[in-house]
This record gives sequence, structure tokens and C-alpha cells, in this order.
Amino acid sequence: MPSIEPPAPHRDESSPHVPTSGPGASPKQVNPMTQDRIYMDHVAAAPLLPEVLDAMMPYFREHFGNPSSMHGVGEKAEEALTQARRQVAELIHARSPGEIVFTSCGTESNNFALKGVALAYQNKGRHIVVSSVEHFSIMHAVKTLEKMGFQITHLPVDGTGRVDPDEVDRAITPQTILVSVMHGNNEVGTLQPIAEIGRITRAKGVLLHTDAVATAGVIPVDVEALQADLLSLSANAFYGPKGAAALYIRKGVRIHPLLDGGIQENGRRAGTENVPAIVGMGVAAEIALREMDNRIAWARKLQKRLQEGILERIPHVVLLGHPVDRLPQIVSVLVEYVEGESMLLFLDMENIQIASGSACISRSLKVSHVMLAMGIDAALAQGSLLFSLGKDNTEEQVDRVLEVLPPIVQRLRDMSPLYKKAARTFRSSADAGTAGPDPRRS
Amino acid sequence: MKYSAKVMDHFANPRNVGTIENADGVGEVGNPACGDIMRFYISVRDGRIEDVKFQTFGCGAAIAVSSMISEMARGKTLEEASRISNRDVADALDGLPANKLHCSNLGADALQAAIRDYYARNGDSAKRRAEMPPVLEERRQEPCKCPYCDIEVPRGAPFCKKCGAKI
Repeated sequence: MPSIEPPAPHRDESSPHVPTSGPGASPKQVNPMTQDRIYMDHVAAAPLLPEVLDAMMPYFREHFGNPSSMHGVGEKAEEALTQARRQVAELIHARSPGEIVFTSCGTESNNFALKGVALAYQNKGRHIVVSSVEHFSIMHAVKTLEKMGFQITHLPVDGTGRVDPDEVDRAITPQTILVSVMHGNNEVGTLQPIAEIGRITRAKGVLLHTDAVATAGVIPVDVEALQADLLSLSANAFYGPKGAAALYIRKGVRIHPLLDGGIQENGRRAGTENVPAIVGMGVAAEIALREMDNRIAWARKLQKRLQEGILERIPHVVLLGHPVDRLPQIVSVLVEYVEGESMLLFLDMENIQIASGSACISRSLKVSHVMLAMGIDAALAQGSLLFSLGKDNTEEQVDRVLEVLPPIVQRLRDMSPLYKKAARTFRSSADAGTAGPDPRRS
Repeated sequence: MKYSAKVMDHFANPRNVGTIENADGVGEVGNPACGDIMRFYISVRDGRIEDVKFQTFGCGAAIAVSSMISEMARGKTLEEASRISNRDVADALDGLPANKLHCSNLGADALQAAIRDYYARNGDSAKRRAEMPPVLEERRQEPCKCPYCDIEVPRGAPFCKKCGAKI
């Protein structure tokens, strides 16, 4: 078996464009990924590739023009958009670059897909089907549509977070205009059977949208194979800049714009384009496509090391997500009898940065709806830890996490009234030879 | 970091963690689904809290709050300790983030539950109950606050009438 080497790392030397004084100056001009810091929260934000920043810089400076302008400066910007559109189209195997509409973020793409299709097709029907593990930008968008008189069906998921395609089939009525199921889940990593769902929606003449923000640029995404009619993707997921995202809209699909104004993006999204960020998205897409196999192999290797290490070294931990069909960079676990935020704070003191679905982390103080939909007990979901690995993480960093985490968990368990109560049960169940607690509600 | 230095200190080095065997009073508040459980143990001598220990399941704020109030309560008379409010604990910690003020700031409630338990215990319980500081009963009547918009809501209300959030 060939050994797996880490993908091309971020360049070590600092970018010449970073200001050294004045507003926006960075006190430490070293690559953030090579410091002592162990950053494993890539689904929240990923560092920008230096070569992407280099490609963007001219569009802040000499090529600052408005792509809609008739003169040379504007033309230069227009050319850059054309190139980026082609690069993004290639990443998801769209037939034509004209099927790509640039937006400002994944949330906008998702809102645009749902509300835009709902408004364009409301005379055909007013029923929309979504899964119950979607991102808030879908969950809350359909709430708005519900207030506008649309009917929404939320599809259940199984314990791994997967939608059953047969459920999609049963949920579709003559009134249904759109089905939206995410490609990969950002909290547990589970991949949905989109191609199977796509066959159903295609056969029934219903549009299919998939939120591929967590997957596009990370694993292969092919709109033809998935039979998706609309697909959301975001640049930051594949080391591009924030402020650039896209919605793929299959040729022939009608959509109502969210923003009215000029005829940018072929009249589908008004407003002057964020040219530098879009250029960055294009370049990041091209690099992601080229390096994808390496990045996946590396992520899988680290994922295996991390999850096996955690399960081996910490008792009473549950691994979340589908055992096979799961994003390579995500390790999502539940640590029983402790709460996620307190683990995160101790890890942060050790310069390890990760995320959690615990209610105490979210500003709304609500437990992750994804875990609740998977049937996980709300109390158990409080112990959520979410690692999302990046191409610059190393095996040494994983080992460091495995060294630091068990004592943190033990310390908090020793403080926890739940653990003391449960410890008695462990002893009796160990005597009886039964397995550990089941995360599901019975 | 969204927590004050004092919160982080009490979180990272919590005082008085543990249990008291044969405690004179034990009180528990919270539930695991909402994220925090605090269990307080007190031993009482001559009407004063001689020792206090706690166990807490919860976020950084919940642990810091438990630690802070355990320090504040030690050595105080039961009457004095009963008067410590959740607000006093938050102030002593140089404040808490707004969304943690009501959900994780249950230290005073837990301590008061332990003190109530002391008065309710067997032996001369009737006599003891009569001695219970009135403030403990008053505290029990205090209205709840919505964790999201900080307005008072009646006890047991299913949702906040101002922001509509489920409680």
C-alpha cells in the first residue's frame, strides 16, 4: 500500500501584501497553520490559500473595475468573472458556466434556491420537501415560506442522520415543486443518497436542490451524477475567501431573484459583484479539483487515527454519523456525562480549537436540531465535540489531541454529578457483561 | 474569549469541588437537557455554613458560578447565605454573557435548595422549619426570567410573551 503524504502545505513565508502597520495589521506574520495552534474547526472557517490571496490582490488594486462598465478596467473584471465561473462550473461538472450564479455566502445560495424556486413555481404548486437535518439557512428559509402560505414537509432521518429515499418518494404530492436535501452534513458528516433521491425527483418532475456547502471542493461533486437541479457551494469550504459562494442552477430551471436591481449574473442576482472574492473562489476551486484525491486520502488517514484514538482512550464516547458514507474530514463524538463548552474551553487553553453542538455554545442555547432529529437524547447531545480536519493538520497534532483530551474529560467527569450516579451503573452492568449505554432514546 | 478573567479563573481552578459525606443539607437544580446541573452539599455548625462542596455538569459559566458561590457562602450564617442572589454571584465574577445570566447562573438556587433541605431534615425538623429565614420562601416566589430577552415571565410559563421563545 502506498504511503499517504500530507497535501501541499500552506507556504511558510508571509504574504508580501499583509500590512505591517495601521488598521488590519497582523502582529504575527507567520502562517497560522504552522504555529503551535492546533486548528480543527475547518467547517466553521478554513484558512485562505496563499496562492488564492495572490490571485485576488490585483483585483483590489489595478483591476478594481466594475464588470458592468464598458471600458477597459471594467472589462478586465468581467474577464475575471468569466474565468472564475468556468473554474467553479468545472469543480461541480456543470455543463455550462452560465449555470453558475455567484452569491455572497452559502446562506444566500440556500435562501436563493428555496425562495427563488418557490416564487417562480408557486403557480404550479406550493409544497416543498426538506430533510430535518438541514442547515439553518434552509430550516429558517422554509419557516418564512410557511408563513407565506407554502406547505413544508420535514423528512425524518435515521440514527446515522440519513434520509430514506423512499420517504422522499412518499412525501412528493402533485403540489410538490421542490425537494431540498443537503449533500453532506456539517455536524456529523453523514452523506445523503442524493443520486437516488435525484432519480425519484427527476421521474416525478420535481426540482431537487442540494446544499453542498460542506462537500463541494472537499469530495467529488457532480451535478449530473447527483441529478441535482440546484446546488449550493461556498468558497471557504475549500480554502477560498469568505464572501464568495455560488448557486448552480440547471439550464431551464426558473428562479425569482432575491435581490432586485441591475442585470448582473444574467438578471438573477443584482448588485455589483465581489470580484476579488469571486476570483479567489475560482482559483481555490481549480486547486481543490487538482488536489482533491490527496486531500481526501490525508483527511481519511487523520480521521481514522483521531476517532480510533478517542474511542480507545476515553470510555463512554459515542461516534456520530454514518459508518461509511461520511465526509472524510469530520469526527463528531458525544462524550457522556460532560458538557461540550467546558471541554472546548479547556482545549482552547491547550491551543486546540474545535467546535461542539452543545446548547451552551449556540447563542440560542438550543441543542443541535441535527442531533435531536437523529434521535439523540438532548442531555447526551450536550457532550458533543466536533473536529473538522484540514489539509494542514498533521498526525502529530492528532496525537497531541489524543494526549490532552482524556485528562480534560476525566477532570470534568470527576466534577459531574451525572458521572457519579452513572458510575454505579457501570459497575453493575460490567458485572452483567452488558454493553455501554445506547445514545438513542428508547 | 467571551468570559471575564475571573470566570476563567474559577472555571479552570474551581474551588470546593466534591461531596460531603453525611452533609447536613443537599440541593440540586437544573436538568441535563438544558445543559446545567448543580448539586450543593453543606455542613452547618452553630447556624453557620462550615463547609460547602459542589458537583456541576455544565458549561464554563456554570462551573465558575458554582465555584464562586461556594466561596461566598462559606462561613456565612444560613440567613446571610440565603440572601446571596444569582445576580450577586454574576457581579462577583465581573459579569456573565447575557445569554448565560439565567441559564447557567443557578448557583444561588442550588445553595438555597441545600439550605432548605437542611431545614427540612429529620429530627427536630418542625422546629427547624420554623426557624427557616423568610427570605428562602420569598426567593421561591420570585418570578423567572426569559433567558433570551431578560424580561420577567410567570413561573411555569411555556414561552416568553415578549420574544415567543420556548422556555
